[in-house]
Amino acid sequence: MKKTLFDKVWDSHVVSSVDNGPDILYIDKHLIHEVTSPQAFNVLEDKNISLFRPSQVVATADHNVPTENQHLPIQDALSRKQVTQLTTNCDRHGVTLYGLGHPYQGIVHVIGPELGITQPGMTMVCGDSHTSTHGAFGTIAFGIGTSQVAQVFASQCLLVAKPKSMRVVVDGTLHPDVQPKDVILYVIAKLGTDAGTGYFVEFAGSVFEEMSMEGRMTVCNMSIEMGARGGMIAPDQTTFNYVSGREFAPKGAELESKIAHWKTLPTDEGATFDLEHSFPAEDIRPMITYGTNPGMGIKITDNIPESNDASFIKSLNYMGLKAGSKLLDMPISHVFIGSCTNSRIEDFRAAAAYVAGKQKSAAVSALIVPGSQQVAKQIVSEGLDQIFEKAGFILRQPGCSACLAMNDDKIPAGAYCVSTSNRNFEGRQGQGARTLLASPVTAAAAAVAGKIVDVSQN
Amino acid sequence: MEKFKVLTSGMVPLTIENVDTDQIIPARFLKATDRNGFGENLFKDWRYNNDNTPKKDFVLNNPTYSGAILVAGNNFGCGSSREHAAWSLADYGFRVVISSFFADIFKGNALNNGILPIQVSPEVLKKLFHAIEEDNAVKANVNLETQKLLVEKAGIEVDFELNPYKKMCLINGYDDIDYLLSQKDAIKSFEQNR
Ligand code: SF4
Repeated sequence: MKKTLFDKVWDSHVVSSVDNGPDILYIDKHLIHEVTSPQAFNVLEDKNISLFRPSQVVATADHNVPTENQHLPIQDALSRKQVTQLTTNCDRHGVTLYGLGHPYQGIVHVIGPELGITQPGMTMVCGDSHTSTHGAFGTIAFGIGTSQVAQVFASQCLLVAKPKSMRVVVDGTLHPDVQPKDVILYVIAKLGTDAGTGYFVEFAGSVFEEMSMEGRMTVCNMSIEMGARGGMIAPDQTTFNYVSGREFAPKGAELESKIAHWKTLPTDEGATFDLEHSFPAEDIRPMITYGTNPGMGIKITDNIPESNDASFIKSLNYMGLKAGSKLLDMPISHVFIGSCTNSRIEDFRAAAAYVAGKQKSAAVSALIVPGSQQVAKQIVSEGLDQIFEKAGFILRQPGCSACLAMNDDKIPAGAYCVSTSNRNFEGRQGQGARTLLASPVTAAAAAVAGKIVDVSQN
Repeated sequence: MEKFKVLTSGMVPLTIENVDTDQIIPARFLKATDRNGFGENLFKDWRYNNDNTPKKDFVLNNPTYSGAILVAGNNFGCGSSREHAAWSLADYGFRVVISSFFADIFKGNALNNGILPIQVSPEVLKKLFHAIEEDNAVKANVNLETQKLLVEKAGIEVDFELNPYKKMCLINGYDDIDYLLSQKDAIKSFEQNR
């Protein structure tokens, strides 16, 4: 039988199936962080059971860490308690923790790939919906709730029904100023935020084949924003090159035999999907969102659409925007370049290339937050920090930061923030904050101009 | 997990679509290390002004609606995987959420916390909203064993679907974790044979 990439990876991880029920799916790697793990560790303690496979669990502190003075104790008492609790739990259960101060610390979806923990053909989970990021490697990776975190702790398995499969094909040549972020914002704007519910998505076509690993991660990261459980891209030479040589990647003969296996994973010619969509690459332009879900996106030069739908009107009211009007040239006051969607070195290179020799607008506060300590180091070694600082951008220490504003990095109520993160929900970046999602280059350009501009024209 | 069989209750209508988990429980309330007390902050920013006074126009603050059934607009629970969303709904006292569409992770989290998500057609959802508008105190009857949702007064009677395994768990109050623990030998032999 012809199989999809998703089928191959899923089927090889099924321990058994419950009659009329879900599969018992074996999980290769389990990533955890401070926010969604404490109650799961409590379950182990309440039930008096031990963590089944501690060597397959990796922890980091990212969601509510400060991005300044990370060498000092965390000031916010509740955040400090959560991070301390993570340390205690990891010590007690023998889990490797890359906590604050560790050179590998960072956003969980940035460090997994960067350390070579993420590899093709694996199953990976984390108590975080953007676990879909790791699908860029041809990995089945998805977010889970805390009860499920406890289940994986207890058994290294999950009870899950196999999702349906969808393929999203983008073929053709991208406009030179279009970024991977624009591609995924475009796809979500076309399909809507619930189009993927019940599905696992494979992104295919020449656009993804030619994309770098970091670009692929940006795309798969946001597959959850179209409702899909996860997204995947077939592993190829680009993938193997990226994985090779990383800290926890297989080496030597083991790597060779792994690569031989990874080469068998791509979807068989003629395999069928439950649903297929395809888009021409040429149609994509720099994108931005205007509403309070990631599907409310337009080409940056387009007008905001009109609708009588009550939820749509509520959303535009929150955003303080008018249906039918343009976003172009609208003044903004905040820019955030960071989050597990766009906080890797290529994102900062792209932003810095735009910013070099320019000055940030005096009306804008622009925050640069690397995804990990390693990315932060790379920024300095490439001299990008100089470019950002000269232009008036503020460079911070790694963490989730203003993506969800659990730490002090909040956008004030009513302020417009062009953000490279993945969610523009009400209050996501701070109570009353208004988020406009875009690529790192579009965000950098907004910081320089003090308003929304089309980078494909400047 | 609390068992669920039959429930007769009033309904609380939340007509908004695409209610995301950041609205159900904003991120700043995720700093707890246990599961208790989340109900207080359910829908916090829709429910309360900045000075913590209740917002009059939000449905949870309208005393004419009450009950353990939340009826919500399409695509309820999208966004983050935070199980805190399910904990806050349960802690507030909801046992059933009805919508025309649920986000995957939320649905799983709800079921793992004894909340029954009932998916109905957009037409039935409209009828339900209408029935509640006509009579704020109208009662619905949810029977998990027969998988029927009944609002007698409004002439609504629909069957709903649920995976048989999940149904069995909810009726008996079983957790997935107990089942998985019972499968340890199979899991170990899977590990050895791969
Ligand atoms: S950066 Fe944002 S989306 Fe990514 S893991 Fe952190 S909070 Fe979640």
